[in-house]
Amino acid sequence: MKKTKLIIASAAMVFALGGGILWASDHADAPNVKGKSTDITDLYVFQGANTDNMVFVGNVQGLMSPTTTATASFDENTMIEFKIDNTGDNVEDLVIQCVYKAGKMYIYGPVKPASTGLSSTVVGTASVVVPVTPYGSSPVIATSSTGIKAFAGPRDDPFFFDLDQFHKIVGGTASGFNSPGTDSFAGTNVMSVVVEVPKTMLNSTGKLGVWLQTKQNH
Amino acid sequence: MKKNFYTIITLCALAVALGACHNDNKVVPTPSDPNTGKVFSIPGDQVGRPGIATVFVGAADKENFNVTIPSLMGPLYQTKFQTQLQALNGGAYTKNILGLDAAGFTGVLATDVLNVSTTGKTTYYDGTNVLTGRNLSDDVIDVSLILIFGGPTGGSNPTLTSDHVDHNDKPFLTSFPYEAAPW
Repeated sequence: MKKTKLIIASAAMVFALGGGILWASDHADAPNVKGKSTDITDLYVFQGANTDNMVFVGNVQGLMSPTTTATASFDENTMIEFKIDNTGDNVEDLVIQCVYKAGKMYIYGPVKPASTGLSSTVVGTASVVVPVTPYGSSPVIATSSTGIKAFAGPRDDPFFFDLDQFHKIVGGTASGFNSPGTDSFAGTNVMSVVVEVPKTMLNSTGKLGVWLQTKQNH
Repeated sequence: MKKNFYTIITLCALAVALGACHNDNKVVPTPSDPNTGKVFSIPGDQVGRPGIATVFVGAADKENFNVTIPSLMGPLYQTKFQTQLQALNGGAYTKNILGLDAAGFTGVLATDVLNVSTTGKTTYYDGTNVLTGRNLSDDVIDVSLILIFGGPTGGSNPTLTSDHVDHNDKPFLTSFPYEAAPW
């Protein structure tokens, strides 16, 4: 009991000092991206319903109410880019680049990037182009001749967490989580890009390292 | 007449070559890609695993963490993450259920890349498979809480090792695009 209290007190202090009480996966993680088209909420990578495929999900612009979602859009000046390392050195060997233009999401790759690192140049022409699904419509899905599937548009935020109770714990007004807890992300949406690719396109020997970046062109 | 016809054809062919023959519906130029070659050089956000930046990165480093490429993160952030992990545990962190001590665990976390298996089950952690991907349904918060507060057996600090929210507010789809429709 004493130890738990000490831990909670320490946690509260650390989070207070850290200035970032919000632990929400990556939602609004830093001042420079908070509330912007570049603010990533989450990255998911998993086997598709067809296990020969890998699914990449990149979500941005979190914590949107239905009203906000109705007028939300992607930004033509923001690239959403999946970085894929298939050699174990944490340097990207392949990228999947997602660039919005005039109502459509253009998906490039998986392809070797022009250069590694923070600055990215759109490589070649799009593998698949998918119209962004309007709010309230059934998902619009595009599939390339090479078997790449793509979706872009608003979705329910798949992240779940009792963030409010966590706030109380680190704030020192609660000693632990409730059971059952309450999902603080219930009823909120994100802008999502989902790309499913045949695993054969990933040149993998079994393991990948994946990270998601956003970046702007001005 | 014939000569004029050929002249028109020739002019049109020339115009097509210059990409300006808009009147001839039979000539469909290859659609140009509006983004090819476009450069995006201003870094924004960066994420590998869930919750890393918000839990382990201090306020002073939050912007820098987003613009540090993963191959350089380890040496820059491991020690800082270890300090944070110990602070969260009142300095009493020993090992987690994976058998990793504070240095080992933060050594893994400091390089913020999501590990993914292309040959087997993908999961953040399911009791057997560790860090082989991340499903929409994975309870990454409980996994994180157990690894941070649960000690070597996962049984320490039981009020802190689960938020008791173990699923999403809407069921996921069994087929593409997998995520649920927006609210």
